[in-house]
Amino acid sequence: MDEATGTGLPNRPGAQRMRWKYLDNILTRHGPFTDPDWEPGEAAIEGLARAKLLGAGGLGCEILKNLALSGFQDIHVIDMDTIDVSNLNRQFLFRQADVGKYKAEVAAKFVEKRVKGVKITPYCGKIQDKDEEYYKQFAIIVCGLDSIEARRWINATLVGMVDDQDPDSMKPLIDGGTEGFKGQARVIFPTMTSCIECQLDMHAPRAAVPLCTLATIPRQPQHCIEWAHIIAWEEERKDITLDNDDPEHITWLYQKALTRAQEFNIPGVTYSMTQGVVKNIIPAIASTNAIVAASCCNEAFKLATSTNPFLGFPGTDNYMMYTGDESIYTYTFQHMKKSDCPVCGDDNIARPLQVDSDFTLQEFLDSLAERPEAQLKKPSIRSQEKSLYYQFPPDLREQTRPNLSKKLYELVQNGEEVVITDPAFPLTFKYKLVFK
Amino acid sequence: MLKIWSMKQKQQQDEAAATGGAKKKKVTAAQLRVQKDLSELSLGSTMKTNFPNPDDILNFTLTIEPDEGMYKGGRFIFDFKINQNFPHDPPKVKCTQKIYHPNIDLEGNVCLNILREDWKPVLNLNAVIVGLQFLFLEPNASDPLNKDAAEDLKANREGFKRNVRLSLGGGNVGKQTFDRVLK
Repeated sequence: MDEATGTGLPNRPGAQRMRWKYLDNILTRHGPFTDPDWEPGEAAIEGLARAKLLGAGGLGCEILKNLALSGFQDIHVIDMDTIDVSNLNRQFLFRQADVGKYKAEVAAKFVEKRVKGVKITPYCGKIQDKDEEYYKQFAIIVCGLDSIEARRWINATLVGMVDDQDPDSMKPLIDGGTEGFKGQARVIFPTMTSCIECQLDMHAPRAAVPLCTLATIPRQPQHCIEWAHIIAWEEERKDITLDNDDPEHITWLYQKALTRAQEFNIPGVTYSMTQGVVKNIIPAIASTNAIVAASCCNEAFKLATSTNPFLGFPGTDNYMMYTGDESIYTYTFQHMKKSDCPVCGDDNIARPLQVDSDFTLQEFLDSLAERPEAQLKKPSIRSQEKSLYYQFPPDLREQTRPNLSKKLYELVQNGEEVVITDPAFPLTFKYKLVFK
Repeated sequence: MLKIWSMKQKQQQDEAAATGGAKKKKVTAAQLRVQKDLSELSLGSTMKTNFPNPDDILNFTLTIEPDEGMYKGGRFIFDFKINQNFPHDPPKVKCTQKIYHPNIDLEGNVCLNILREDWKPVLNLNAVIVGLQFLFLEPNASDPLNKDAAEDLKANREGFKRNVRLSLGGGNVGKQTFDRVLK
């Protein structure tokens, strides 16, 4: 790219734009895979600059670095953790002096300093602290979270945000994750393509050892630690809530495990193994993180700029798995949307339903029985906060029966979501009750 | 990106409706699944549930009153704690009483394979309560959590039965005193 293109761009002195020389080659030319409708040039570059991105979680360092170096200019980052000395081997934005500080803050400062022109806004806390209003501001969400719970939360939030009337309400979700030598990158268009809840079976559950093995015949040092963790703690320190980050607690478990291991002649219990077992730490491998984060960020780039077809386009492959456990293997496939997915299944997107707020709950349920798509016989219904009426089990029915004679406005707010199930149907019905 | 949106609009042409300004509180996936599971429980005449807070369906107790087997006549209360990660995580189930049983320790921990190593999200709460019920019909000496009880069962089935009767009434077996759980 010659200097002229660089200087022609608003607010960017030529010398600075030179940094993106090679990136601009992609953004300003048609390629063999570009969509014929796509306009290369300034619009594409501006699109990238304006795309507000959110990155979060454990793959954060890699993702943040890649996004910034791909030309994204407005990036927000969320992470609740502080820097631990054990992070320094792979989380390269942090230095010894940063130990104890918030990851999001330190990472944001570091990358802003290194990559001129990028604005990074950190938030030190949980993704769950933020609401739909907050997530609405972004173009793309990139997640490298370390728990299934957090993934399910962001997934359900983004699916719930989709408003049929507003194209801007659908935020593509790019999710990366690693475990040792294995990892995955996937792209989700909430409500359109298979979501994280649809793909829940792709996560192997944590391998567990039978409780009786722990209690009676431990064979491995890990068994002794699990015993201390699950059984001994409950027996001896029931009143203290175990804090995985409290060194005194870990030391206690370590001592217990060590004594037990000696009884059974099992060598190998160490403090760091205790920490690992209790916190369920699977060793993070720097290069696996790099591979998966790179893949996620490439997809974010293609999504934002339309230069190339991206992973997850509806009807095409949306899931890339990578495994380096035994030599190397990757496979990219289309994970299908589940029609009975409790989050994005066709029947599980809350449909707006006009109701008379003066109706009693009983009258409302009766009216449902007449609706052609419902025809419910024994409906049970709840909102997020309240069990409104349950047909079963008996004691729950007795406790919720008084609600039947209450008016809807006493039980739910205008626009609140309710879920109705009926043993006669495998489906669930979700409605947003809109008062007439 | 815009292309994808127009695809979506073709995909579904739903009726429009403006919702109220109320902040949307969504029923969580765990709540939803528990609601489904509850409607499919077969409690029979030997089991009943108790929800201390009916709005919270993730925490409840289950009472089992076996009508046959050596634990007949007892009333056993289990505490169910289900977290938001259900059904990826199994429910946490504990016996709230101190009882004499080879597969339940003195703290109430239960050794039931589907509560731990064999749990799968396709299993439901009914599978768990069937499993618990089975423990009272067929205590299993080969997977002991209470080693003394398991050895008693292995060594002398009749003696074990007598111990069970003693323990149900709140008596001592060995050095341990058990909770009275007769109904």
